[in-house]
Amino acid sequence: MGKQYETVIGLEVHVELATKTKIFCGCSTAFGGEPNTHTCPVCTGMPGSLPVLNKQVLEYAVAVGLATNCTITQYCKFDRKNYFYPDNPQNYQISQLYLPICRNGKVEIETEAGKKFVGIHEIHMEEDAGKLIHDEWEDCSLVDYNRSGVPLIEIVSEPDMRSAEEVIAYLEKLRMTIQYLGASDCKLQEGSMRADVNLSVREVGAEQFGTRTEMKNLNSFKAIARAIEGERERQIDLLESGEKVIQETRRWDDNQGESYAMRSKEDAQDYRYFPDPDLVPIVLDDEFLEEIRRRQPEFREEKMVRYKEEFDIPEYDIEIITGSKHMADIFEATVALGSQPKKVSNWLMVETLRLLKENNMDSEDIRFSPENLAKLIKMTDAKEINSSVAKEVFEVMFDQDVDPEKYVEEKGLKTVNDEGALRKTVEEVIAANPKSVEDYHNGKEKAIGFLVGQTMKAMKGKADPGMVNQLLKELL
Amino acid sequence: MDLLNMTAVSLGAAIKNKEVTVREATEAVLARIEEKEKEYHCYVTVDKEGALKQADEVQKKIDAGELTGPLAGVPVAIKDNMCTEGLLTTCSSKILGNFIPTFSSEAVLNLQKAGAVILGKTNMDEFAMGSTTETSAFGVTKNPWNPEHVPGGSSGGSAAAVAAQECFYALGSDTGGSIRQPTSFCGVVGLKPTYGTVSRYGLIAYGSSLDQIGPLCKDVTDCATIMEIIASHDLKDSTSVERKDLDFTSALIDDVKGMRIGIPKDYFGEGLDPEVKKAVLAAAETLKEKGAIVEEFDLSLVEYAIPTYYTIAAAEASSNLERFDGIKYGYRTEDYEGLHNMYKKTRSEGFGAEVKRRIMLGSFVLSSGYYDAYYLKALRVKALIKKAFDEAFAKYDVILGPVAPTTAPKLGESLSDPIKMYLGDIYTISINLAGLPGLSMPCGVDEKGLPIGLQLIGDCFNEKKLIQTAYAYEQARGAFGRKEDK
Repeated sequence: MGKQYETVIGLEVHVELATKTKIFCGCSTAFGGEPNTHTCPVCTGMPGSLPVLNKQVLEYAVAVGLATNCTITQYCKFDRKNYFYPDNPQNYQISQLYLPICRNGKVEIETEAGKKFVGIHEIHMEEDAGKLIHDEWEDCSLVDYNRSGVPLIEIVSEPDMRSAEEVIAYLEKLRMTIQYLGASDCKLQEGSMRADVNLSVREVGAEQFGTRTEMKNLNSFKAIARAIEGERERQIDLLESGEKVIQETRRWDDNQGESYAMRSKEDAQDYRYFPDPDLVPIVLDDEFLEEIRRRQPEFREEKMVRYKEEFDIPEYDIEIITGSKHMADIFEATVALGSQPKKVSNWLMVETLRLLKENNMDSEDIRFSPENLAKLIKMTDAKEINSSVAKEVFEVMFDQDVDPEKYVEEKGLKTVNDEGALRKTVEEVIAANPKSVEDYHNGKEKAIGFLVGQTMKAMKGKADPGMVNQLLKELL
Repeated sequence: MDLLNMTAVSLGAAIKNKEVTVREATEAVLARIEEKEKEYHCYVTVDKEGALKQADEVQKKIDAGELTGPLAGVPVAIKDNMCTEGLLTTCSSKILGNFIPTFSSEAVLNLQKAGAVILGKTNMDEFAMGSTTETSAFGVTKNPWNPEHVPGGSSGGSAAAVAAQECFYALGSDTGGSIRQPTSFCGVVGLKPTYGTVSRYGLIAYGSSLDQIGPLCKDVTDCATIMEIIASHDLKDSTSVERKDLDFTSALIDDVKGMRIGIPKDYFGEGLDPEVKKAVLAAAETLKEKGAIVEEFDLSLVEYAIPTYYTIAAAEASSNLERFDGIKYGYRTEDYEGLHNMYKKTRSEGFGAEVKRRIMLGSFVLSSGYYDAYYLKALRVKALIKKAFDEAFAKYDVILGPVAPTTAPKLGESLSDPIKMYLGDIYTISINLAGLPGLSMPCGVDEKGLPIGLQLIGDCFNEKKLIQTAYAYEQARGAFGRKEDK
């Protein structure tokens, strides 16, 4: 029997903070924009410019630290990480090495294997770099500094994870926590959350860690899971064939399903870190921490417990709804407007999830307002519209957040409750379909369904199907 | 009226009283520059056209009553490491030989708000690294007292321009003595304010934790007046301090009765030129005669100041100067293959020898494995030096000593022996390490006819005591200047 190996994984997660302005200047952090339009002397490293810390960055970093059970460094500093690259206008990145803002935290994760804690070594604040674009036609490189100076936090875990499932659970946990704080939207695809995976393998029971590699360019949870499997196998193959794992940084190519070496430890640069003399040390008093603590939102676990107590909805629904802060907000706001929780939950669980999936969207992208959803539910409850019309209206609402009352009014979609008009149509339908009427009288119950459909069609969908059914039975 | 011989404040008053127009004053000093630049080379850039345009604009505002300050309309020279919007700013380096900033430094903006007319940018040691202005990529500046001698540095162009009457006052920067030493060598007055008093925004950094902008001028009254204009709390500079005691001219009082003046014995030991020693001690005697309490004391740690300073300043400089890479602005080498070759050639060709020496020194002391032994240790010594000064200021209002061990050396003498040049900073650098204010003013002339500088050091935020002591000494000393200008 072959040797049994254990995978040891630690993560470095970069999260782009949701501040309106950059970390050290007043430039906009908005995504997109023509190259170099969200820039100023500070974030382009012009001579004589000086950084000034954006207080919101500090508040977000502390909030994330408190939510992940970290000790907050109440006397902390920024350090310069020196390296030459054109996307880095000063040729040093302002980051934190010696006194990071948060240390020694932990979060609880749950997988099929059960619950466990993943330790957080530290969280530090830093600035993002610009973007290099290679111009193939002109054969030159161009640089866009719009991203330069966008605030990031880097969350460094302890090597506490043992499987891809645990890694995904940890990332989900971080994402959920940070989204709940409003500190970031944490979108892997768009790069507002990026994870580098440090992985090593060792024989089960071994005390020493194996040599680790660092994997970069992981743009989705699926890619992360595949990269972990791939790297685990690569390292085991090396060891089994008597070779050594080399400490290096590797780049994952998700299309090829394999990684290749970027640089080895020997090429590792000496970043010559030292405290940035342009920024004064940050002293955080207890009151500041208390204020941040006081402003912490209700997190997912607390919300789930409360939903179970307050709302009569299935546990599965609770899980899905609280899985997105944005969706939970919509749910609560709609209920607060008087809608029945079960009905709100149904709209979110069925139609909303379907449309999100069809449009390849994320829960965070939901645009319709709780007010409009509440109105729609109210109209359905009052039987002002029937359920198929409601679905039709909802689709428009999902897309453009229209006011359902106005929309129904404008399009003339109100259910016809005038029995006289309906009776007349039913009579016409009966007269026009003698075959179906005969079938019905011969005991074919199904035939009535056809007649209901014909009536609805004639009414352009605006009739109450229950009422149509009743009238048909009566007249037949 | 001998316009050029006027102090900045007296010219400002004459302009206010309509005895002279801003254009007349500007034209007079531009003519002087035209006449003397070949000889002294104080400027990297003279902005003749811009100065005359500013002169007319400022005059209009004075006439309209919009500018009423004491220095409105007075022409000034700016050291070439302070950004000036639209005006070449080189740091006297080839690597910034074509650099035109898009914004002006806060100190320059403060001057402009007060109606200053900017004449141009003065020569300096490249990136303020040097004590003679000889490391400039654009030629050496000569000492107006004797053109065979250096003007000092790094603000040598500013000091020489004031001494040669090529401006009425100037701004300089002081990281380890770069205002005080050249003012000493050129026989004018200079002040390095308490760290954080004048905004560093727009000052191209050398050693960020030590750099301060300050005035170079003809007398103590000018010094206090300029300080009131350039000092400000600037939110763009995180190290800028909010002070409520910026009324420096209120300290222009001819009274030192009871002022406690300490003379550090360590500043009068080996290496100090006897003529300098004599003149400085005579100045102390003058103050004593005016009622000051003068006594000697041991400051200690003086010999550690130089290695500490060169470790910290070089470390910061090695990082501050990384942005000069040929990518975004400034000089780029002509032929290169690939990115790293471009960096290497650009920086090898763009920086001078002294700058490269300090970048290498700084990179070394920050390297992994050496950081603790050098950089961290230097920070600890820095803290001890500050402590030694704190103890001294518990006893004294002002510390008095020489600015430099000698008067201005001859051109070419210093660069051949950098260690000797570094030792010349011994009396000035501790003040930067401790963040203290230091004032330099002339207190005599040596046998060669070169001026000798007196240094007054104060506790943090105590510029006013320095100004008061300096003003009282100046009253007793009488007029000082080159014979040919009188």
